[in-house]
Amino acid sequence: MSAIETSAAPRRIPDRLDTPLKGAVLSWEALLIAVAVAIFVINSLASPYFLNAWSLSDLTFNFTEKGLIALAMALLIISGEIDLSVAAIIALASTMMGMALQAGADTPMLVAIGIGTGLLCGAFNGLLVTGLGLPSIVVTIGTMSLFRGVAFIILGDQAFKGYPASFAFFGQGYVWWVVSFELTLFLAAALVYWFVLHRTSFGRRVFAIGNNPVAAQFSGVREARVKFILFCLTGLMAGVASVLITSRLGSTRPSIAQGYELEVITMVVLGGVSILGGAGSIVGVVLAALIMGMVTFGFGLLNVPGIVMSIFIGLLLILVIALPIIWRRLFGRRPA
Amino acid sequence: MSIFRKLLATAAIAAVMFAGPANAESTKIALVVKSLGNGFFDAANKGAQEAAKELGDVEVIYTGPTAATAEGQIEIVNSLIAQNVNAIAISANDPDALVPVLKKAMDRGITVISWDSGVAPEGRQMHLNPSDTDLIGETIIKLAADYLPEGGDVAILSASSTATNQNAWIEAAKKVLPEKFPKINLVATVYGDDDSVKSTNEAKGLIASHPDLKAIIAPTTVGVVAAAQVVTDQNLIGKVNVTGLALPSEFKQFIDNGASQAVALWNPIDLGYSAVYLAHGIATGKAKAEPGARLSIGKVGEVTLDDTNSAAMAPPFQFDKSNIEEFSKIY
Repeated sequence: MSAIETSAAPRRIPDRLDTPLKGAVLSWEALLIAVAVAIFVINSLASPYFLNAWSLSDLTFNFTEKGLIALAMALLIISGEIDLSVAAIIALASTMMGMALQAGADTPMLVAIGIGTGLLCGAFNGLLVTGLGLPSIVVTIGTMSLFRGVAFIILGDQAFKGYPASFAFFGQGYVWWVVSFELTLFLAAALVYWFVLHRTSFGRRVFAIGNNPVAAQFSGVREARVKFILFCLTGLMAGVASVLITSRLGSTRPSIAQGYELEVITMVVLGGVSILGGAGSIVGVVLAALIMGMVTFGFGLLNVPGIVMSIFIGLLLILVIALPIIWRRLFGRRPA
Repeated sequence: MSIFRKLLATAAIAAVMFAGPANAESTKIALVVKSLGNGFFDAANKGAQEAAKELGDVEVIYTGPTAATAEGQIEIVNSLIAQNVNAIAISANDPDALVPVLKKAMDRGITVISWDSGVAPEGRQMHLNPSDTDLIGETIIKLAADYLPEGGDVAILSASSTATNQNAWIEAAKKVLPEKFPKINLVATVYGDDDSVKSTNEAKGLIASHPDLKAIIAPTTVGVVAAAQVVTDQNLIGKVNVTGLALPSEFKQFIDNGASQAVALWNPIDLGYSAVYLAHGIATGKAKAEPGARLSIGKVGEVTLDDTNSAAMAPPFQFDKSNIEEFSKIY
């Protein structure tokens, strides 16, 4: 994919205005691929159980749901906004599905309600940010408590369970041999998001807003509309993730997906998306999702305590963010 | 020729290397807890290691997520399935959410039991409760009666009047009173709502309105501390004995100063020991988890499975002057 991007280089608008190296995004992905390969090799050597079709298949469940949200979150962060309420949206969407189940909804209806709730929550975030001009970090900290709060009020210490057998397919089913439905959906969604971000004028507008909102507006980009759509997309993906995780757990509790928002944002940042907006790629995000899945599963196989895992992910994050900056300092190129 | 010989030698070494671990294959039992860094579960692990040593050829993998979430436990169970462990003994963060992944584990031939905090019956082969209602009810009376050979008036200081657990225990206690402890006279049951201030006031009230009171029984960790503090403050040590269910670390001072002779609570060490013992028995085919089965839990005794394949380990474990020091360091 990177190769295609290079071939289209003559008419390419740079994503990173301060890029010192030609094709920094490209080398970023190369770095991520190197890290991914290294972790794969280390895992294979460290545990005799890693190189096994079913183990590798089980591994993908560690990142597919969060990865799906990360795809939309990447676009949102590139545009200069953020959504911290995604995990709470999962909880609320799951609760709504549970209520629909009590009311006798069938599987297609449950899926529609899950995804629909996500979309509505995203639209609510988008309205508050673009309509009232509030900072997204404040708005989504608020809705994070609001959405999960509603789920807690509805459920308390109870749980919804008894989802139909056909509903279990989304989170537990396999399309072919060890290839799960979740993985297939993640890869398909990644393709769609890659196309939208890197191959459409909408994608260019997202980059333009993130790089310089004022210039973008003067160029006729309707900033509020683009951002509203991005919030809706993020909510939608959280709704999709909610369907998958509810199906995988076979039950709903208000504490579902606790803390997912930070893991999603970690994936996005690790994937090379600038937290300040304006730069990033879907390939990077997919690679970051894969890396996080392999690290957590690999450490799990070695029975490494979770806290060591968090420390490792934190160090990895600091390292990949610091590396280009150190690189720039060392080789002292002037910012463009 | 020499190349052939080298190859042969390599193959032989490889064969030995692969055969080596296979011969000495031990039973791998994973003790999955709600979260790591919790003294209660670290103590359970201590018991689990004891059981492993006693059984021989058992490797215990002590693991759990950093935060007490079902999702974290699911990731751990997935990695345990990949490691081909023989058995998983889990204290679950959610009785329902873990069912699909534990079913998957059972489908792949892994023995699954839950302990402490259970999983819905379809997600495990058996569940081990630390204790049960009848045993707790009897124990709280016995704790008072043991130090009242002549009998006398006792009162109960409970949590809230709607607390399901406490109400069931008190009912069970009242049931055993007439036949097993005829000399013990239960004069009052009051409710401190698991609030230190209210519990303190209720305890003071009990002492004021029942001058012959010999013991206060508080089957709640908040109430028992409040009552013991009142007895200490009013210089009634030796006159009124405080007992009930208490955390050793919170309650040690009142055993030390004599406000209480003994209290009780579940013993996490025995719980971890029994969980591993049961998981080992079922995984190796020595025991079978079916309703009505009587299964050995080594030095702790024996359990009987009920209709839902659940069992209660033992009456609450008693803490007194002889062991409070040791357990107060654990939890």
